[in-house]
Amino acid sequence: MAGVTYKTRQLRRRYIERSFASLAVAGIAFWLLINFIKSPTQFTSVTFTGLSNGILYALIALGYTLVYGIIELINFAHGDLFMLGGLFSAHFITLWFGMKTGSAAGWGVLLLCLFAVMAFCATINVGIERFAYRKLRRAPKLAPLITAVGMSFIIQFVGLRWNGSGQKTWPSLLPSGNLSVFGARLPYTTIISFAVTIPVLLALTYIVTKTKQGKAMRATAQDQDASRLMGINVDRTISFTFGLGGALAGAAGLLFEQTRGLTSYNLGYQLGLIAFTAAVMGGIGNLQGAVLGAIIIGLIQGLNDGLPIGLGQQWSNSVVFSILILLMVFKPTGLLGKPMTEKV
Amino acid sequence: MNVKVSSKKKKSSKKKVPASQRTWSIGFLTLAVAIYIFYTYIVPHAPDGFQNQIQNWFPPSALNEALVWVIAALGLNIVVGYAGLLDLGFVAFWAIGGYTAGWFMSGFFNQWNIHFGSESAKVIPGIHLSFWLVLLIGAVICAFFGILIGAPTLRLKSDYLAIVTLGFGEIIPQIFVNGENIHGFNLSNGTKGISPVDSIGIFGKRLGPFDLNYKYMIFVAMAALMVFVSLRLRSGRLGRAWLAIREDELAASMMGIPLMRTKLAAYAVGAISGGLAGVAYATHVNGIFAERFQFSISIILLAMVVLGGMGNVWGVIVGALLIAWVNSTGLPTLGNEINSTFHTSINFPSYTFLIFGGLLILMMLFRREGILPESRLKLVMHENDESTGNEEPHGFISEEENL
Repeated sequence: MAGVTYKTRQLRRRYIERSFASLAVAGIAFWLLINFIKSPTQFTSVTFTGLSNGILYALIALGYTLVYGIIELINFAHGDLFMLGGLFSAHFITLWFGMKTGSAAGWGVLLLCLFAVMAFCATINVGIERFAYRKLRRAPKLAPLITAVGMSFIIQFVGLRWNGSGQKTWPSLLPSGNLSVFGARLPYTTIISFAVTIPVLLALTYIVTKTKQGKAMRATAQDQDASRLMGINVDRTISFTFGLGGALAGAAGLLFEQTRGLTSYNLGYQLGLIAFTAAVMGGIGNLQGAVLGAIIIGLIQGLNDGLPIGLGQQWSNSVVFSILILLMVFKPTGLLGKPMTEKV
Repeated sequence: MNVKVSSKKKKSSKKKVPASQRTWSIGFLTLAVAIYIFYTYIVPHAPDGFQNQIQNWFPPSALNEALVWVIAALGLNIVVGYAGLLDLGFVAFWAIGGYTAGWFMSGFFNQWNIHFGSESAKVIPGIHLSFWLVLLIGAVICAFFGILIGAPTLRLKSDYLAIVTLGFGEIIPQIFVNGENIHGFNLSNGTKGISPVDSIGIFGKRLGPFDLNYKYMIFVAMAALMVFVSLRLRSGRLGRAWLAIREDELAASMMGIPLMRTKLAAYAVGAISGGLAGVAYATHVNGIFAERFQFSISIILLAMVVLGGMGNVWGVIVGALLIAWVNSTGLPTLGNEINSTFHTSINFPSYTFLIFGGLLILMMLFRREGILPESRLKLVMHENDESTGNEEPHGFISEEENL
């Protein structure tokens, strides 16, 4: 008796969801089209801004998704780690090496800083895992989550001490001009962001899919006990994953500091939240999904903030989170996530 | 519907009202009256030095604010502690409650002139309703929003639910921050906030800003109401269903618990208390300021619930009072004492982040179940401590999903 009604109800619900989703997509397309017709050059410039934001979010989102994929923990401290990376880069380049403008030496320092900041953030992230999360691995999920929130507070405290309570501006070594593409402005900083990010992402993909360590990571994510039986050192693999995530956050910190030229102790919370949203949007635990989600969110944010017909920057977060909520309601697994069935 | 999760639960459900739940009101009342007598009759007649100490350590206004936190934390306890749904956006309800007070208890909407049961002069424009009525309205509005937010999202798994509630906790304050001009309509007065709010009218008397003892009584009564509601609900069918969901959602649904309805009920009750706290807070600070409604409020509330002991109202009350006190006067005063004793000059309030974070981490590492734990939850929290390593990672509060 229940079978038929249940099935029809499921079908009807799927139908309603589909039509809602297509309506929403059509609405967004219409909005984009109107804006494009109104001012094509501004549209293109804003798209570039959105892309450069998105690629930055991608670096942070990958850290969330890596950690979530392997131990199912929302690492709230990750955004703050990114903030710390930015602070470290600013101090490294401007104060310790005294570089103020881009030169041959400046580029060298920049490259050195990239490796240094990645190592720095990776070490911190591994340390956090070792001292705070490892003991709680078998505890109910709420325990590590709250520990992560506590960690986030502690890192913010470090940031507050290091940076002071206000925003600080720093000189950037990157060239500040624009490249003109069809009349639209494409800042050099965006190009450099891409030039840094894409190799990093490729390296990450290589590590995860081709190396032995990556195989261990994937196995641990699937089943910790089975991988332990297969001779995988689970603790080391999880540490390695945290290290990878931390390194990405460090790279993001350097990029943010150099492209925007500012640091602030509470930056991590804002960007971390958006990056996490991106990771969820793409289907958390899925690497490609995180990048896709981040770019979509960056674009949405950029377009909403910069287009002539839009809600404007003060509604930026509301727009991002509304989209997240709608997506969660209609497709809870995210864009690229696989549906999971519950086992007993 | 037979909610039968363990034999222990069955036993407790057979007894109508356990003795411990009948006697709590006496203890609560005694304590509340003792504090009242202390602040109203003893402190004003005490020597000056003692009065100053009280002013520094725990002045009446800080006590009232702590009570507001208690009210909200008790609501969050129902959502997180009882039903096991992680809510990281509780500040939304607090904000909605606050703005309910702002809309219906002040001269903000001066295009209208509505008075009802309020002691304020009839000539002042704006909507001026009685505080008690506004409490009711705030509760209804928050319950409505609780259901509105919950309905589409409660299907989600714990982590996703957490992030969606977090999203709501960001959106709703942002609506109030930007609400100065929504198509020409001033919803919230933006960052300027709504101030002043009407004072509370009680027995034909209007409470002035210094009638803290009356406010204390009102807030204690509200907290008592929340305790009563929490305890009664918990021992009733709904509460048992919540606990069953908390411990194993799948098993609970197999036992015939309507998941959606039960979760929505938890959400609505939690939201109501958030709303009450919002209204109370608005009258406490005599205004509503959009920028106060930040994520940190949600986290502080969660810390109160977790620190005190999830699922145990007394633990939550202790946690809420403790953290609210540390946040308001405890830490600065303690810091001053330490500085003057050891001749140091450490700015203790600037260590709030460190202390807060460290506290959360240490609690989680060494006493996961909180200061005053609920016995059931304590077992669940330490279920796997001596694990041999052959179990899957756990669900949210207990194991619920093995992926």
